[in-house]
Amino acid sequence: MLASYQQAYERSLDPKAPAFLRERRQAGIERFAALGFPNRRMEEWKYTSVEPIASREFQLGGDKEVARFTLEEMHRMAFCVMPGPRLVFLNGHFHPALSDLSGLPAGVRCKSLAQALQEDAASLEAHLGRQVDSKDRAFVALNDAFLQNGAYLFLPRGTVLPQPIQLLFVSHGNGTAVVSHPRVLVVAEAQSQATLIETYVGQGAYFTNAVTEIAAGEGAVIEHIKLQGESESAFHIASIGVRQSRDSQYTSHSLSLGAALARNDLGTVLDAEGAGATLNGLYMVSGSQHVDNHTNIDHAKPHCTSAELYKGILDGKSQGVFNGRILVRPDAQKTSSQQSNKNLILSDDALINTKPLLEIYANDVKCNHGATIGRLDANQVFYLRSRGIDAALARSILTYAFASDVVALMRQEPLRERLQQWIFARLMPGKEAAA
Amino acid sequence: MPLLEIKNLHARVEDKEILKGINLTVNAGEVHAIMGPNGSGKSTLANVLAGRDNYEVTSGEVLYEGKNLLDLDVEERARAGIFLAFQYPIEIPGVTNAHFLKTALNAVRKHRGLEELDAMDFLALVKEKMKLLEMDPGFLNRGVNEGFSGGEKKRNEILQMAMLDPKLGLLDETDSGLDIDSLKIVANGVNALRSPDRAFVLVTHYQRLLDYIEPDFVHVLSGGKILTSGDKELAKHLEERGYGWVVGKDAKAVGV
Ligand SMILES: Nc1ncnc2c1ncn2[C@@H]1O[C@H](COP(=O)(O)OP(=O)(O)O)[C@@H](O)[C@H]1O
Ligand SMILES: [Mg+2]
Repeated sequence: MLASYQQAYERSLDPKAPAFLRERRQAGIERFAALGFPNRRMEEWKYTSVEPIASREFQLGGDKEVARFTLEEMHRMAFCVMPGPRLVFLNGHFHPALSDLSGLPAGVRCKSLAQALQEDAASLEAHLGRQVDSKDRAFVALNDAFLQNGAYLFLPRGTVLPQPIQLLFVSHGNGTAVVSHPRVLVVAEAQSQATLIETYVGQGAYFTNAVTEIAAGEGAVIEHIKLQGESESAFHIASIGVRQSRDSQYTSHSLSLGAALARNDLGTVLDAEGAGATLNGLYMVSGSQHVDNHTNIDHAKPHCTSAELYKGILDGKSQGVFNGRILVRPDAQKTSSQQSNKNLILSDDALINTKPLLEIYANDVKCNHGATIGRLDANQVFYLRSRGIDAALARSILTYAFASDVVALMRQEPLRERLQQWIFARLMPGKEAAA
Repeated sequence: MPLLEIKNLHARVEDKEILKGINLTVNAGEVHAIMGPNGSGKSTLANVLAGRDNYEVTSGEVLYEGKNLLDLDVEERARAGIFLAFQYPIEIPGVTNAHFLKTALNAVRKHRGLEELDAMDFLALVKEKMKLLEMDPGFLNRGVNEGFSGGEKKRNEILQMAMLDPKLGLLDETDSGLDIDSLKIVANGVNALRSPDRAFVLVTHYQRLLDYIEPDFVHVLSGGKILTSGDKELAKHLEERGYGWVVGKDAKAVGV
């Protein structure tokens, strides 16, 4: 299948693209060809097989299909379209008619990557690829190889965005198994502040290979919501890289709610004193779904803090992987880091592999971590039932309660409320019948 | 027809036989107190009636309104009017008291052919009941029993009972660990619910509760059997002489 990526790469080359981009893409396809798809002999992929992706052929979606995708469809498929600016993509291609970039503060640049490649080439050249590493990460290399679509957000010094920026990536191949390689680049200058909501949804079988890079300048405050609600036949690979300057704050809310196979690699480098990262996550899988969250918090400098809470709900024959690496480098004294991964298993056949990975090379640090795997509490189920609530509903209520604190951490309304409803509805007995 | 008829009930937990032939008849309108030393099987009896599943009934039968109670699921029993106030109420973080109460109330109402209450009507009703139990409406937005004091948990049990309007209230040591003011509030709550259509079984370790909720019958449970029964004077004797007085006697000689 590597050959088909090679051919697609060649067909998608644009001789008018800036030279740096052509070089990056070239390097990407070469790197990908050298690495090949990861396999389970690799430590990072021990519990997740990407064979279902590697053995299938996917087509790059054409930009002509974009016109067919309507506003109604967008509202039907997205969890929640909030008021405020948004960029909408279909099969990777920017959809100008459904996007809305009005009302942004002066100096903010928010546009499709394709447009930015024409207008902001210098900034892209300087920042692209600096937050993620493609050296031994095949999917990042593959995304590099097809680098041309996605979004670019530049926040000048001191800008505070009053509304979140929404990026909606829809995949809908109409019977064709499409692939997209969206790249998002956020450059947040000092003291700027923004919320970014990335949503991935779609219909049918397809493959999303996304890369998001965030450069958080001094004192920048970035809230990053990622909603993965892909179709249950879809494959979703996301690599997210954040680099944090002094006193910057990065908060991630990552919700993995769909896809047949999903993998998130989320890494942040606390690269200067006073930086703080908060990573919240929720994954919810059933049937034969597989979800893998790898997070990597790199405490590179002293006096940084990180807090991580990931919760998982696994039903049916689903499988989950949580791998939370925290690296405290020798220089990073006075690090404070907390990590917690809690899993609720609803069936005998579901499986979770959870592994905290603390590598601490400094001696004056406060780090704690913990992982739990549990079942619904029989006493709680009995309590609810003893009040007349039927057993299935009691279990749904308790399952929802398990997840609710992670969702409650999101401050964005009405998105939060919409997600709460969505999750609750999905946990309700008979949801299969209703769908 | 009696509301509840327990005949020669035997039950065990894991491999241990705990109830060894309980007989008890409760008619609508009556209040029965079951007293007995710790570990005598009082909670086991209450839980078997509510349908908790780690208790296994090995023989005997229980008729509720003339029908086999043991055939019903836990939630079916609750909808049919059985309410267990837990000795140790369960904490459920992440589920608000309001959501819990409203879901339970509507499940019960639906079963009884009543219209489900909307948020407004529910709130009006629950606030009225909370006033009776001197509970702050703020409890509605807290997780079920989460971080509640012992007394608050017990009041919350009685609040649930008042909302769900059962026919048979089983109160398992609702008085334990309460200070005298809380005890009076809880007792008032129960007394307000007394009616000719409703019966109560009060499980208690102490006579004190019975000063505030006057029982029609008092039974002494020990070693998995009811050793003796009487009226409220029996409770006073127990208070004065201790359980040893009854437990030491031959149960048959005392009669029922
Ligand atoms: N879940 C259980 N597992 C094992 N033993 C139990 C369990 N519940 C009760 N028992 C035992 O059954 C006996 C009666 O307990 P219980 O009914 O709680 O007594 P009481 O409420 O009268 O104090 C005790 O010896 C107790 O240890
Ligand atoms: Mg007890």
